[in-house]
Amino acid sequence: MSETTNNPTSGAAVVAAPTQPGQPAPYKKVDLKSDRPTWCPGCGDFTVLDLYFRLCERRQIAREKITTVSGIGCSSRFPYFVQAHGVHFIHGRAVAFASGLSLSRPDLHVFVFSGDGDAYSIGGNHLEHAARKNIHMTLVVMDNNVYGLTKKQTSPTSPIGFKSKTDPTGAVDRPTNPMKKLIAAGATFVARTSHSNPQHVLQMMERAMDHRGFSVIECLSECVEFYPGAFDAANPRKGGQFTVIEEKKNDGTPEDEKRHDPSDEAAAYKLATLPFPGVFGVFYEVKQPAKNDREQQLIDATRAAVGNAPPLACLQKTFARLK
Amino acid sequence: MSNMSDSNSGAAVTAKVVPIKDAVIRIAGNSQDGIQTVGELLARFSGRSAQEVMSYMTIPATISGGPSIYQVRIGSGEVLSVGDEVDVLVAFYQHSYEKHLGALRNGGVLIYDPDQVKPNLDDKRFTYVGVPMTSLTIEAIGGKGRDKGKNMFLLGLIARMFDLDTVKLETMLKDWGAKRDASTMEATFNAFRAGYGFDIGRMGQNFKFIPNEQRSGRPLMVMAGNQAMAYGLIAAGVRFGAAYPITPSSQIMEILRAELPKYGGIFLQCEDEIASVCAAIGASYGGRVAVTSTSGPGLALKTEAIGWAVMAEIPLVVIDVQRGGPSTGLPTKMEQSDLNIAIFGGHGDCPRIVIAPADVEDAFYSSIEAVDLARQYSCPVIVLSDQAIGFRVEAFEEPDLAKIVRELPIDFTPRGAEFKPYEDTVDGIPHHPAPGTPIANNNFPILTGLEHNEAGHPGEDPRYHVVMTAKRRRKLQKLGEKLPTPKVFGPAEGETLLVSWGSAYGPTREAVEKSVADGQPLSALCIRYLNPLPPGLDKIFERFKRILVVENNDSGLYGYGQFAALLRSRFGDPRIGGINKTDGLSFKVREILEAVRAQAR
Ligand SMILES: Cc1ncc(C[n+]2csc(CCOP(=O)(O)OP(=O)(O)O)c2C)c(N)n1
Ligand code: SF4
Ligand SMILES: [Mg+2]
Repeated sequence: MSETTNNPTSGAAVVAAPTQPGQPAPYKKVDLKSDRPTWCPGCGDFTVLDLYFRLCERRQIAREKITTVSGIGCSSRFPYFVQAHGVHFIHGRAVAFASGLSLSRPDLHVFVFSGDGDAYSIGGNHLEHAARKNIHMTLVVMDNNVYGLTKKQTSPTSPIGFKSKTDPTGAVDRPTNPMKKLIAAGATFVARTSHSNPQHVLQMMERAMDHRGFSVIECLSECVEFYPGAFDAANPRKGGQFTVIEEKKNDGTPEDEKRHDPSDEAAAYKLATLPFPGVFGVFYEVKQPAKNDREQQLIDATRAAVGNAPPLACLQKTFARLK
Repeated sequence: MSNMSDSNSGAAVTAKVVPIKDAVIRIAGNSQDGIQTVGELLARFSGRSAQEVMSYMTIPATISGGPSIYQVRIGSGEVLSVGDEVDVLVAFYQHSYEKHLGALRNGGVLIYDPDQVKPNLDDKRFTYVGVPMTSLTIEAIGGKGRDKGKNMFLLGLIARMFDLDTVKLETMLKDWGAKRDASTMEATFNAFRAGYGFDIGRMGQNFKFIPNEQRSGRPLMVMAGNQAMAYGLIAAGVRFGAAYPITPSSQIMEILRAELPKYGGIFLQCEDEIASVCAAIGASYGGRVAVTSTSGPGLALKTEAIGWAVMAEIPLVVIDVQRGGPSTGLPTKMEQSDLNIAIFGGHGDCPRIVIAPADVEDAFYSSIEAVDLARQYSCPVIVLSDQAIGFRVEAFEEPDLAKIVRELPIDFTPRGAEFKPYEDTVDGIPHHPAPGTPIANNNFPILTGLEHNEAGHPGEDPRYHVVMTAKRRRKLQKLGEKLPTPKVFGPAEGETLLVSWGSAYGPTREAVEKSVADGQPLSALCIRYLNPLPPGLDKIFERFKRILVVENNDSGLYGYGQFAALLRSRFGDPRIGGINKTDGLSFKVREILEAVRAQAR
């Protein structure tokens, strides 16, 4: 593990998409700004928003194709602040919504922005099944270890002892370990980062963007209002440690032996058990067919079996059997 | 089968042929006897012979089998209900005989297996025909048959009894068995022919259906309501659906899962009903209206998300195949008790469209209409079917698919600089651009469940809520003005008007036909649009002394059911009462007539 990152995309200069004749000029991140964020000054969510802008700018994702989806929470206010197509859905169900959107619109790479309550509590089961099915999308969980929007109740990631309005003498229940949960659910890309390291957040977003299937980024995002200092131990500027996972380079060197193999599920699980602040980077990444692609195969095979007949002919044939 | 004589003579003479217009046949046995196959083949055959048909079946509550029946009513005119009484009862076992003899009408025929059933032959109300179906089947197919094949023997026997066209029937059997191996099919035909060859001359008569004169000449389709609904959705251009299995709606998702890929579509089996409605809404937002199908408990789970679709103004089709409730209730029985949750379910002022098909044919067209309405009004449309419609098989005229089948391409027309997603226009209906749609000035819409201004952004000003609540309601008021006023069946004025909706309509209309024939005419009105209601109902109600709403739900705290309560609150008319029942079965014609008489007293 080292303090620096080893990702090849890190620090890369802004790469504009190749402009073809008739294409609009590349846009800048300021062009993506929409409503003024209603977050408290200093909230970690600002960083995530800024880096999503950077991601879009770098990749020059076609403006009309940028689509953000969220549930309910401070973090879920996200889509209002992006000048792009977006949906502010209901609490906990953004992933389920995005599943339908992603499967019916293979031309989009949907980003879902969620909170710890939204994703791991009320939305926990949807997360589990979208991960298992490997539905193509990127989920960014802005985890502040607290319910922000509803003003300081215990969240599934609040540590034992955290004093909240629902646990005035300190939380008593064991918190969820998001990384374990995500790996066990079968997510095919699982990364961890923190708002305090913007460069790293962007790297993780880029890797997630390049992943085919269900990618999740657990992003520590401090709630300065209700849980200030929660992640100081992961912030070098506050005397903490931001330890980045060194990934295997397969260069045959002896150092490489010790590096992390993201396709090794057991190793990923082991990293997930490290005590806070733990490590940051890609815990797990594996190639698996995305549900979107499996469904497309099913469609292709079924269409071929009916000789690619148009809908009318298909239905007429079925009806002939029902006469 | 009104022309059937009461003859119980034992003479083995060549049977005379009696013309009939209508027959109700009930086959009672165990679920593993394949009686459902016989029933379905009979129903399909009736359709092919241009006869109307309606079926009814029970499935045992246990998975491993148990008593089960299949009832088919075949008629040369319109078949409106499955029939109060049975003309021919086939009893495989003693328990079948004991349980179902009560349904056999005076003068009806009991066909029984003498190896299994010992009927009380002293009861002279019926004609008894003992047919050793089990042993004759074994004989016919060479010992390896055991219980298998008995159903085909029975089919042959019925074909003989009703003088059905065996050439057509055998062709149909061949189609049916196309995927089965040769030896099974040989046994099938041997059993069928043995049944056909059995001498039932003992009855002294055979029957022949009078040709159906009302027929237009278009071929008849034969299918169950759930099938009709699934194919209606496909015809209407739906290419995405999501659901979670639940009786009695699962068949819809099963068909869509198997069929949609043919049309380039996807069906998603979800982890629960909440996920499935959310996924459907997500797909609708993607640009093509999507569907989720369920039954009562699932609809309860979907209500929060349906509220979002109302608020965000997104098209969505929700199919509820009602069963008995509340809670797990009667999973395999019919009821019409989800009307309130369909119209009012959820929090807040939450207007949505609710329609209810009256029969299987209507189920096909209602699902198409639901798709159209959802798209036109950008809101959820709930289609209230029920277990009876979902499961029963009916014959109906082949739809003109060439006129109906359509694709719904996503509209990516760029929006101009003036575009406001929630503009407060006269009709108040937004048509949201799907992601991928360019918007001038990059003024992109955010679809939201928060109350919002015309730009779609939330604000503190409470005036938005006033304006937008009215906007969401107003579009349904506009729809309500445009709906067709339903036609009164029977006299246009009189003593009693029976109002019904959904599957209660068939028996209600048959009750009216009977009352007219009996010289004490009633009238009936079928309301397909439950929310908003069609115009002109008050004008119709004025012409009757009382209005009784026939519906399969509880008569409630104040003596009328859910739809009656809605009509009372709409029209403030205390003459609106109810005829209700909650036994999990469709109304019998007799039950309706008796209830009318009882209320007249
Ligand atoms: C069905 C439902 N239940 C409860 C709420 C209230 N609620 C809104 S946000 C929220 C928790 C938000 O916490 P989290 O997801 O961690 O987001 P944060 O605000 O911390 O970013 C709750 C309980 C709701 N909107 N809907
Ligand atoms: S309450 Fe917390 S999470 Fe919400 S905006 Fe303020 S700082 Fe951010
Ligand atoms: Mg939180």
